[in-house]
Amino acid sequence: MNIKKAKKLLGLNVLVEINPELEIETACGSDLMSDVLAFSSSKTILLTGLTNIQVVRTAEMIDLKAVIFVRNKTPEQETIELAQKKGISLYKAPYSLFACCGLLYQAGVKPEPIKSFK
Amino acid sequence: MNKNKILEKEIEARNFNRGGQVSSKLKTALTRLGIIPEVIRKTAIITYELEMNIIIHSNGGRIVVKIDKDEILITARDRGPGIRDVKKALKPGYSTAEEKVREMGFGAGMGLNNVREYSDFLEINTEVDSFTEVRTSIKLSSEE
Repeated sequence: MNIKKAKKLLGLNVLVEINPELEIETACGSDLMSDVLAFSSSKTILLTGLTNIQVVRTAEMIDLKAVIFVRNKTPEQETIELAQKKGISLYKAPYSLFACCGLLYQAGVKPEPIKSFK
Repeated sequence: MNKNKILEKEIEARNFNRGGQVSSKLKTALTRLGIIPEVIRKTAIITYELEMNIIIHSNGGRIVVKIDKDEILITARDRGPGIRDVKKALKPGYSTAEEKVREMGFGAGMGLNNVREYSDFLEINTEVDSFTEVRTSIKLSSEE
């Protein structure tokens, strides 16, 4: 799915947009950053209710291209500034984390493969 | 074998806003060195978790990253309070982090587990009320 379609589907508001043609292949939804890091393989976007600067740091470490903040949460200014600096798109969606994930899943966005632990 | 130091940084305890700065710098340095993306990602995740661990749990510490022709070696050493039960600390989901840390998306009990998961070698030395030293390495040629 293209981010353009996701914008319509989820009613996204743009906070930072780096690539308006971004292809979304996989997504994950979590408020636990270590979980995002644990299951990272090749996702494109993260959906989260967290708005602090560590969300962008986490995205940076695993090369996530975009973050969607759910329930219309607006991140702190420093979060937005870091995203601009690191080239990570930020959007906000009016729906809950569950609803956002459900809508994307229904539209064909795949979950990432879950790794088992050693 | 000659190991080149590519980074040495002091990490301040409890300075959450700066969390990730060291890992970010390291990521940039490794990209410049032309290291393959998969190895950079593993190294970045490990360093980020170790950096956050020092910020969240310790009295402050230091991260040193070295590289040779085969591997990247990361050493994170803090000034206490040490880990009482290393086996427990490595168990997915086990955490001693306080509520404030959890609200920030950390302290889910996955940190050291992630370090183990992404590294090719891991050694934890710790002494209660004294220090914790985590030594870990990542091979430069990715096997995945």
